[in-house]
Amino acid sequence: MTRTVRVAGGQGFWGDWLDAPRRQVDGGPVDYLMLDYLAEVTMSILQKQKERDPAMGYARDFVGAMESVLPAVAERGVKIIANAGGVNPAACAAAVQAMATAAGRPAALRIGIVTGDNLLPRIDELLDTGHWLLNMDTGEPLSVVRDRVIAANAYIGSAPIVEALARGANVVITGRSTDTALTMAPLRHEFGWGATDWNKLAAGIIAGHIIECGAQCSGGNCLHDWRNIPHLADVGYPIVEGSADGTFVVTKHPGTGGRVSIPTVTEQLVYEMGDPHSYITPDVVADFSSIRLEDAGPDRVRVYGITGAPATDKLKVSIAYKSGYKAVGSLVYAWPDALEKAECADRVLRERLDRMGLTYEKILTEFVGASATHGRLAGDAGRNAPEVQFRIGVRDADRKKVERFTREIVPLVLNGPPSVTGFAGGRPKVEEIVAYWPALVDKSVVQTQVEML
Amino acid sequence: MRVRLLDIAHARSGDKGDTANVGVIALKPAWYPVLVKHLTRDRVAAHFDGLIEGGVDRYELPNLGALNFLLHGALDGGGTLSLKTDAQGKVYSTAMLRLVLDVSDDEARAAGLPIAT
Repeated sequence: MTRTVRVAGGQGFWGDWLDAPRRQVDGGPVDYLMLDYLAEVTMSILQKQKERDPAMGYARDFVGAMESVLPAVAERGVKIIANAGGVNPAACAAAVQAMATAAGRPAALRIGIVTGDNLLPRIDELLDTGHWLLNMDTGEPLSVVRDRVIAANAYIGSAPIVEALARGANVVITGRSTDTALTMAPLRHEFGWGATDWNKLAAGIIAGHIIECGAQCSGGNCLHDWRNIPHLADVGYPIVEGSADGTFVVTKHPGTGGRVSIPTVTEQLVYEMGDPHSYITPDVVADFSSIRLEDAGPDRVRVYGITGAPATDKLKVSIAYKSGYKAVGSLVYAWPDALEKAECADRVLRERLDRMGLTYEKILTEFVGASATHGRLAGDAGRNAPEVQFRIGVRDADRKKVERFTREIVPLVLNGPPSVTGFAGGRPKVEEIVAYWPALVDKSVVQTQVEML
Repeated sequence: MRVRLLDIAHARSGDKGDTANVGVIALKPAWYPVLVKHLTRDRVAAHFDGLIEGGVDRYELPNLGALNFLLHGALDGGGTLSLKTDAQGKVYSTAMLRLVLDVSDDEARAAGLPIAT
């Protein structure tokens, strides 16, 4: 029988199910546990935390997750790969090591720390040397928002993770690694795939894409036949069983809930897809039109046929910058004529803002229960709704104007249209907006490092 | 004949900046060519007219029996900027499935399509 390597996905974002990592290592045999903590906005949150406290700036949940899987790592040799390091992988590693020491297993972990993705300290140097960090969507140079930048991280690939594993790490902590590299790297390490084995690297990336959102490929958030998906309360998170030739099977532990089928995997494959012919990663350009899926038994889908093309000479950079303020408030209006009352409240509120001379870069009203998510496509069903939530938000560079807006919602309870409730939360909070600036940078300017703790 | 997209496909959507992507997947392999022929870029652009600010792109994935649509300017700036309930485009998928296709009787019969009443 051909050797397979089992990589389990245990976390699809920071805030995912706390029990999932432990369930993945206890539910059956796995070789690697992959934990994805970083979304685009996460790095800027972590950067702010680090500015307040130099020992912070990583995904704190990861320390608890490591505690829950420590016996599996220590006794059964399960290896952990996580981008939990955020903007401070060294502090993350120190916290994990401190946890292991406190748990009486000071020698259980050999932690590999991957750094080099953080470009924040180097932005001026980059701009001065002709790296404009143009916005990929608008074409503007970063200089337009330079003074408001709070985080800048290059998306890095599998190579430093592979190096850490080769140097004996059983826990690899990275900063802004791509989500997909966390799965591809252990397969590449185990099977010795080279840096130009494009088809195999692409297969590893697509395996990563399938399991990077946790249960979203194993029955969670699955529209297809959703009523009949078994026992979501006990949902099994996904596992990739990879083979040396780049083919793999997606499955989950026996006896768990959820479902792994061609429809559940296909829904995840198309999730957040751009041009399917060129899914660009630091390691390889994967072609989603090459993917073949085959039913391989209950809760098993075999994936094969994947092709990839050479990687580009660029890395994507995720830059976060401050971009004004926003606030969103809501009230609930009840039958009869719930929608009409909510519409009346909207007119009253807007007239009051007008009278104060308050205008905003953006003001948006939605009627939840009638048209908030599908707009006019929802038709007239909302006219008879038992209740409708009036939801209104504003966005502006001027914090004071946004602050004033937040005071105008709750008064409507007594001085606006009737049958209103749902105001227990009081005034909405003003939130500072951290916007996202996608850019590219030459690979040659980013040097990753691996340090063993 | 009128064929509801909801009856012949499932879908998932997500975001990339201010663009929402909607993957539409045929419920049966025989229905994928119906999607290719009738669920055109223009048809989808008309469906979302007034709801999105930019254009629509379409990509074909015969290997998955799926079409991928990009709806540009769909998310009020996207991510953290957006004031929308669906700031990340998670339910554009089902908004897409509200679409009703006009398919000829012969074609509908040949593909075994469920007909909307």
